[in-house]
Amino acid sequence: MKIYRVNMTEGKVTTEDVKQDYVALGGRGLTSQIIADEVDPTCNPIGAKNKLVIAPGLLSGTNAPSSGRLSVGTKSPLTGTIKESNAGGTAAQKLAKLNVKAIVVEGKPEDNKFYTMTVNKDGIKLEDVSDNLLGKGNYEVMEKVQEELGEDVCVMSIGQAGEYKLQSASIAVSDPEGRPTRHCGRGGTGAVMGSKGLKTIVIDDTDAPGVSIVDKDKFKKSARGLAKALLDHPVCGEGLPEYGTSILINILNESGGLPTKNFRTGRFEGADKISGETIADVIKERGGQTAHVCHPGCVMRCSQIYNDKDGNYLTGGFEYETVWGFGANSEIDDIDAIAMMDRICDDIGVDTIEMSTTIAVAMEAGIIEFGDAEGAIDLLKQIGEGTPLGRIIGNGTGFTGKAFGLTRVPVVKNQSIPAYDPRAVKGVAVTYATSTMGADHTAGYAVTANILGIGGDVDPLSKEGQVALSRDLQIATAAVDSTGLCVFAAFAILDNEVALPAVVDMLNAQYGIELVADDVTKLGESILKAERDFNVRAGFDNSDDRLPDFFLEEECSPHNVKFDITDEELDEVYNF
Amino acid sequence: MKVTVRLFATLKDFFPKNQKKVLVELEAGSTVNEVVEYFGIPQTTPLIIKVNGRSGSKSTVLKDGDRVGIFPPVGGG
Repeated sequence: MKIYRVNMTEGKVTTEDVKQDYVALGGRGLTSQIIADEVDPTCNPIGAKNKLVIAPGLLSGTNAPSSGRLSVGTKSPLTGTIKESNAGGTAAQKLAKLNVKAIVVEGKPEDNKFYTMTVNKDGIKLEDVSDNLLGKGNYEVMEKVQEELGEDVCVMSIGQAGEYKLQSASIAVSDPEGRPTRHCGRGGTGAVMGSKGLKTIVIDDTDAPGVSIVDKDKFKKSARGLAKALLDHPVCGEGLPEYGTSILINILNESGGLPTKNFRTGRFEGADKISGETIADVIKERGGQTAHVCHPGCVMRCSQIYNDKDGNYLTGGFEYETVWGFGANSEIDDIDAIAMMDRICDDIGVDTIEMSTTIAVAMEAGIIEFGDAEGAIDLLKQIGEGTPLGRIIGNGTGFTGKAFGLTRVPVVKNQSIPAYDPRAVKGVAVTYATSTMGADHTAGYAVTANILGIGGDVDPLSKEGQVALSRDLQIATAAVDSTGLCVFAAFAILDNEVALPAVVDMLNAQYGIELVADDVTKLGESILKAERDFNVRAGFDNSDDRLPDFFLEEECSPHNVKFDITDEELDEVYNF
Repeated sequence: MKVTVRLFATLKDFFPKNQKKVLVELEAGSTVNEVVEYFGIPQTTPLIIKVNGRSGSKSTVLKDGDRVGIFPPVGGG
C-alpha cells in the first residue's frame, strides 16, 4: 500500500510508504488522523493550508459484503471542524485494488485553473481541463469522461457549486452505472476540492494488482459469515432492498418525529405520498429499479433508480433524508418534484440534506411559500447559475438563516439537522449536539433503539439513557467508518452476535493481525479523541455542543415535547 | 371501543386495498394482539408496534380513540 501526496501549488505528485502509525487505519480513522496530524486547525478551509484526504476503508476492494465505502477528510468550510464525509460509489474499491491507502491533496494552484487527476496502475497525473469541463454539472462531466476513457472508470467530480466554493458543495462519486448519484455530501468537501483546482478525479483500475490478503481461507469464511448475518437481518436483508431508506418516512411520522414545516411539528399530512412504499410502487410502475447497489458487492442494495412519468431515468440514490427534507420539512408532497430536486442537487453538486433544510429556511424567510415545489426547484437551479440568491442558498442553512435574520434555523456547528426531530428522538439529538462533525445523524444513529427497536429499546421522548446510547454508537460508528463497511451493517452488528466477530476476523485475516472485539471500541474512541482534539485546537469547546434555542423553548406535536437534556448531561458524552 | 389502525410496508398485504387506515371496533380492554388477529397477521411475524406514536407491544392494552401503527422491522437513514 502507498500514500500519494499531490501538491497542487507545484503540480507535483510524490509517493510515500505507509508509516507504521497508519498501517492499521483506513477510511475515517485514516483521514481524520492525517488531517489532525498535518492541517493547521485554524487555517482557512478553502485556503492553501487545508488538505483533502481521500481513503478507502480497511476492507474495501475485497469480497467483504457492503465494504465499498469511501472516506473523504478535510477541515470543513461549513462547520470549521474536522470532517469525514462518507460515500458509496465505485471509488473506494478501485483505489484499494490499486493499493492506494490514501491520496492527500494539498496546496492550491496559482493559475486558477481546474485539473483532472487520473489515478491508475502507473500512478497519478494531472491534466488541465479548464477549457472542456469547467462550468459543467456532474452528469455531463461524468458522461464526457466515460466517453473518452470507457464506462468502467470511476469519476469523482464537483459541479458548479464546488467551483464556486459554496459551503454545501459535495463531491460526486460515480455509481456502478457511472452516474453521479453518490456523494460525499456533508460539510462542503466539494468546496475544498474546488479550492484545490480539482474538477475531477478519474480512477482506472485496469490491471490493478488487487488487495492482498494474508489468510485467504479464513477471510472468505468470515466474509460469508457477515454476508449471512446481513441477509438474515430483517432490515438489511428485506426492508432496505425492497423499499430503500425512505421506508422510514411512515415510522417517523407515526412516532411523531418527522420534522415538518421547518421543524414545527412531528407529523406531516402528506407523509404517505412521499413514503418508501409509494416510491417503490412508482419505481415499479415506471420500470425503474429497487434493490440497486451503490457499489458492487453490497448485499443490502438500498439504492434505487427512479424514472420520470415517461419512464426515462430521472435520478438515483434517492434517500430518506432527501425525501424528508424537500418533502415534509418543506411541506411538499409531490414525489416527482422531490425526485427532480434530488437530480438537480446531484448535478450541481450540493448536499441534499443541507439544501433541503435550506429550502425550508428560505420558505421561513418568505422567499417562497411552504409547499411551493416549483419555487424550490427554481432556487436550486439558481445555485448552479451562480446568482447572488443562489450563492446564499448554496452556502447552507445557517448562512441563509443569517442572511434573512431568522432564529428558527436548525443547525449545530453550522451544519443542518437532518430528518429526526431532536425533541421526539432524543438519542439522536445528543449525537447532533455533540458529534465532532456538526449535526450528523450517521455519527451515532440512536434512531435504532429510539424508534426502530434495533439494539434494544430506549424511550425516544425521555431523557433517560440517551447520552450513553449516543456515546456508544458514536464510538462504534467511528470504527465502522474505518472499515469501509456501510453504516447500515451496524443494524446486524447491533442485533446479531456473529456479525462483529466476523468483521474482526476479516481484518485479522486480511492484515495478519490479532485484533479482538474490544480493540474495535478502542479504535472508535481514539478516532473520536483525535477529531475532538482537532476541533478544540480550532477553537471549539463544550458551548458549541448545543442545539438551537427553539428546540428547548417550543414544543413539538403530537407529543408536545421539548429538548430537555441539560448542557451538563451533554458534556458527559466525551467522558470515556 | 374503536381504534384507528395503519399497517405499513409488507403488512399492507393484510389491509383492504387502497386504504390508508381502518377503524376497528374492539371490545373494551382489548390489546394490540386483538388487532394483529383481526387482520390475520401470523403470530410469528416480527412486528414494530406504535400506539399513539409511542413504542408498544402485542400486550399493550388499548382504549377508545387510540391510533395504532404496525410495521415489519424497518430501518435506513
